[in-house]
Amino acid sequence: MPLGRSTSTRALGLLVALAALAFILLLSISVGAKPIPLHRVWELLLHNDHSEDAVVVHDLRIPRTMLGILVGAALGVAGALMQALTRNPLADPGLLGINAGAATAIVLGVALLGITSATQYVWFGFVGAALAAILVYGIGAQGRSGATPVRLALAGTAVTFALNAVINGITIVDTRVLERYRFWLVGALGGHDTDVVWQIAPFLVVGLVLALAMARPLNALALGEDAGRALGAHVGRTRVAGAVAVTLLCGAATAAAGPIVFIGLTVPHVARALCGPDQRWVIPYSAVLAPALLLTADVIGRVIDRPGEIEVGVVTAILGGPIFVALIRRSRIAQL
Amino acid sequence: MTRLLGERLTLSYDDRTVAADLDVTIPDGSFTVVVGPNACGKSTMLRALARMIKPRQGQVLLDGQAISSLPSKEVARRLGLLPQSSIAPDAITVADLVARGRYPHQGLLRQWSKDDEAAVSSAMAATRVGDLAERAVDELSGGQRQRVWLAMALAQETPLLLLDEPTTFLDITHQIEVLDLCAELHEDQGRTLVAVLHDLNHACRYGTHLIAMRDGAIVAEGDPQEIVDAELVEAVFGLRCTVIADPETGTPLVVPAARRR
Amino acid sequence: MIGAVAGRFPVPVRRMAPARTLTVVVALTLAVLALLVIAVGTGDYPISPGDVVRTLLGQGDSATEFVVETLRLPRALTGILAGAALGAAGAIFQSIARNPLGSPDIIGFTAGSAAAAVFEITVIGGGTVAIAAGSTVGGLITALLVYGLAWRRGVSGYRLVLIGIGISAMLEATVNYLLTRGKIEDVQAASVWLTGSLNGRGWEHVWPTLVCLAVLFPLTTVLQRDLRMIEMGDEGAKALGVAVERSRLMNLLVGTLLTAVATAACGPVTFVALAAPQIARRLTAATGPGVMTAALTGAVLMLAGDVLAQRLFPSTPLPVGVLTGALGGLYLMWLLAQEARRNRA
Repeated sequence: MPLGRSTSTRALGLLVALAALAFILLLSISVGAKPIPLHRVWELLLHNDHSEDAVVVHDLRIPRTMLGILVGAALGVAGALMQALTRNPLADPGLLGINAGAATAIVLGVALLGITSATQYVWFGFVGAALAAILVYGIGAQGRSGATPVRLALAGTAVTFALNAVINGITIVDTRVLERYRFWLVGALGGHDTDVVWQIAPFLVVGLVLALAMARPLNALALGEDAGRALGAHVGRTRVAGAVAVTLLCGAATAAAGPIVFIGLTVPHVARALCGPDQRWVIPYSAVLAPALLLTADVIGRVIDRPGEIEVGVVTAILGGPIFVALIRRSRIAQL
Repeated sequence: MTRLLGERLTLSYDDRTVAADLDVTIPDGSFTVVVGPNACGKSTMLRALARMIKPRQGQVLLDGQAISSLPSKEVARRLGLLPQSSIAPDAITVADLVARGRYPHQGLLRQWSKDDEAAVSSAMAATRVGDLAERAVDELSGGQRQRVWLAMALAQETPLLLLDEPTTFLDITHQIEVLDLCAELHEDQGRTLVAVLHDLNHACRYGTHLIAMRDGAIVAEGDPQEIVDAELVEAVFGLRCTVIADPETGTPLVVPAARRR
Repeated sequence: MIGAVAGRFPVPVRRMAPARTLTVVVALTLAVLALLVIAVGTGDYPISPGDVVRTLLGQGDSATEFVVETLRLPRALTGILAGAALGAAGAIFQSIARNPLGSPDIIGFTAGSAAAAVFEITVIGGGTVAIAAGSTVGGLITALLVYGLAWRRGVSGYRLVLIGIGISAMLEATVNYLLTRGKIEDVQAASVWLTGSLNGRGWEHVWPTLVCLAVLFPLTTVLQRDLRMIEMGDEGAKALGVAVERSRLMNLLVGTLLTAVATAACGPVTFVALAAPQIARRLTAATGPGVMTAALTGAVLMLAGDVLAQRLFPSTPLPVGVLTGALGGLYLMWLLAQEARRNRA
């Protein structure tokens, strides 16, 4: 149900979303194999007394939660950008071959250079994602019509499949690689330390700033390329800037946490349902709602399988799937 | 005598009822035109008559039988539809597209015959797209494309032909061309035509039977020369006007009232 | 004024299948046969093409006969049949989805069969037959589920694709989860199955596949006529007398069964289903689903992939899925680049 569309209503909605995020953030620090009550969490945040609880909070839960916020925001905003750029409500940031690019680079790194640490994964993954996106965009953007959504989708699929072939080839031949790769593949927030968070933070900040700067040109382009140009937007420049932003955001997120599905695809829909199609609001809303969703999934994953956990990538897929299907069944989708 | 009629039709999209308890009869051998303001249900009614939509209540009868009980191919041999929008498959040529109109007459055992050849040739000749035969449909202009789709409907060789806004998006020369062609099909070939038109003057000029709709109901129907007057136009469209006789054909010509200064 | 009426200005209409399509069909058939000879002739025990042909005609010596008929021929034939089935299935799905990215994936079959197979391998520990059966059943159940969920007074292509994406993502996550929880040897076996492999395929794979395809391919040809019409839009097809919903359902069913047959034979080598119709379409420059040319292209892709997979790194034979993915992906990229260059004003 859409809120009233005045600026104050939207701002209020955003504040409510932020409050929800703050609550889930605390929940994320509190819940787990060793549950720590909320008031204790609050105490420990303010004053680190080096107790066992404090270690859990500061060394395990906080980095994990911070990663969740960054990765979630990155995926949500990247999804919103991708859908605005391609004018396709089905677009997913993975369309540019980013997941496959990151995976290939990491697999190559493990196989050829024997990298093992998460921080190393991130560098390789990010470079791989960027290279794949450049390749996809490069192929898709050729020709008179430029990087139309169909060409981008085709190029993305072609590159993804070619890269998957490489990944399969390597992981089948080298079991050691398979052993590590299968854990990255599932998409998880746990098992990383704060270093990873600081590694990807700069990319995400730049990506976010770029995304916000693109909000107005995207609003113009939403009306169609001709109408957008007539309003003074630059089609080519906006597309490139958009691809760069998506790569920065999604590339860094995937490199750090592995591929996580549905967040980039569904959160923009929820954001648009709440605040309308104005990208100046959709992007901030996505940036707040997505981490809330991701952390919720993470918390659920920790609760269901205590004392172990089900990785967040699995939870988002299994919970997100039925919600996605229900949404599709309810809405009146125009015949294509 | 009437081959096509709708009895007590209730038509709706999801939860929105477009027409309720509608009775419509298409006089045989007529060129029926359906007019009305936007969203009055004229296209919906046409599509129900063409069995594109299933009525919530009521039924459409073709040659006395419920149209929903007849096999679709059988209906397609008697009744053709030119829809408002269609998709031309990638890179299809004009000749191939028109040839697809022969589908209802073909089957597993009857693939392509001299009759099919003749039907396609004459359809393309009638719509003057013969010299475009080998061109790709998606390269053509809007007017040319519309004529190609019309050729496909003609190739179907049906005694009844329904047209949903066939002249929208065409320039005036092509609008007249298409309508003249329809008149020819009606007079020379004796087909029964039903066309939803948005231009009231065209409807009066070409139609032999006019159906005026508003809010899902038929407000008036009959010979345009007899029923179209300023009162009717105001009742149906909410437009103040003067109705004069068209200097070329003598049919009603609607002249909207000037804007008050 | 338009004056021409029936017959006065007759326009000649070509109705033979375009010459180009026929040429391509012949070329592809020759390619399949040539690749068959190569596939049977290469390996640790090389056999010259002449000897291959002689052995196939029943005039080779017993050693060659053993290698050819017990080891290599059934593998190559399985590849041809599975590739053809996948090519045809891909053409059907792309036509229904009205989208060059359509593939059996959209109905969730691939994800369903993968989940069932991986479950079978890592949790239950079943043998080859159990895996093949399980994957087929899993795939079919998923396809039914997706179709059922997409049904709401008929199935719109768009809704089908969307729901297929949703269900597939759920099942893929399940597969990934199972891969993290299983023993590494099981995970490796599962990985190989997931990629698609023709290793150890014998006559017990060829005969069932051949029988199924002997039934399905004629069905496909018959159903293709309606498919051509549906490409023009649901309403346009209906106006011409096509029973759109029924036809779509039948085509989806046949497409799914074709995929099931191929998957049971060699695992999910779905990229063939995606790329073969696209490559075939660009070769023939024809309109319409082009199911048969897609099937031939699929066979070529699969066989070429298998030959390369075995010979690329002589010490480590790879599963065919790796090569079809790489070949198909590269070719598609090249095609896109070519198209762009040609379209430059």
